[in-house]
Amino acid sequence: MKTRIFVTLKNGVLDPQGKAIHHAIEGLGFSGVHDVRAGRLIEIEHEPGLSKADLESMCTKLLANMVIENFEIEQA
Amino acid sequence: MMRAAVIQFPGSNCDRDMAVAIRDITGADTSLVWHRESVLPSGLDLIAIPGGFSYGDYLRSGAMAARSPVMQAVIAAAGRGVPVLGVCNGFQILTEAGLLPGALMRNAGIRFVCRTVGLTVENNQSMFTSGYSAGEKIHIPVAHHDGNFFADDATLDRLEGEGRVAFRYAEPVNGSARNIAGVLNDAGNVLGMMPHPERMIEAMQGGSDGRRLFEGLIREIA
Repeated sequence: MKTRIFVTLKNGVLDPQGKAIHHAIEGLGFSGVHDVRAGRLIEIEHEPGLSKADLESMCTKLLANMVIENFEIEQA
Repeated sequence: MMRAAVIQFPGSNCDRDMAVAIRDITGADTSLVWHRESVLPSGLDLIAIPGGFSYGDYLRSGAMAARSPVMQAVIAAAGRGVPVLGVCNGFQILTEAGLLPGALMRNAGIRFVCRTVGLTVENNQSMFTSGYSAGEKIHIPVAHHDGNFFADDATLDRLEGEGRVAFRYAEPVNGSARNIAGVLNDAGNVLGMMPHPERMIEAMQGGSDGRRLFEGLIREIA
C-alpha cells in the first residue's frame, strides 16, 4: 500500500525557494503566475495495517517541522 | 580538569576545528563522540554540536541528526544543566531536536553566505557570552545556506523579553527574523548560533573575537 505525504510551508512563512522559482518561470516568458510555494512530496510504501495515527506521528516527529510546515496525508 | 565532547555526525565538517578551539583555549579533555553512541562520556562540562552538513542536509538541515541516538543523551544532559553549544549546523540540529525554539530556513537571498559578519552582543549575562561586554560589536564568520531564523512573533517577543537573543547581526545577512544570529534556551545552558566562533580564535584567522566565547565559558564552568 502506498501513502503520499505532502509537506508544505505554513501560510505566512516566507518561501525564498518558491520566490526564486517564480522568478525563473517569469524569466522563461510565462506570464499570469501570481505566486509559487515549494513543498515536498514523500511517498511511503507500507503494510495495509499501518494506522493513520502512526502516519501522523511520523509526520509530526520527523517528516514535517511543525514550527514552519503543515502536512497532508493522502492514502490511495 | 574540564571535560568536553564534540559530537560527530556523518557530514560534520567543523568537528575538528571545534575540538581544537575548545582544547587550546579551555584546556579541556575533549573527546569526539560519534552520533551512533547512545551514552556520552561521564562528567562532561560542555557538549558542542559542530557545523557541517550532517546527513547531507537531507529532509531539512539538521533534521536527521536531531533524531540520531546520541541526541537523546544530549537532550538528557541539557536537561541536567550541562552547557550545550551548537554552531551553524549545530544550531539547526538543536532547533530540530526541540532544545531551542524556532527554525532555520533557507537564506532569504537563496544564496550560500560565506563571509565575516558584524554581530552585536545582545546579552553578556549568559555563560556563553560573559567574555563580551553588552552591546559590543564583534566580527565572526558565517558559512551557511539555511541561517534564516524563523519563529512566530509571540516567540520572538518572548525571546527578546527574556534576554535570550545572545547575538544579533549588525546588518541583514540571511533574512533572519529581527536579525537574530544566536539564541539561548530558557535555562540559559544551551546556545545556538550561526556564526562560527571556532573560526576566529587567533590573529592568523583574521581576528580572535570568537576566542572570548570559550574564555568566558571556562570562567563560568570552572
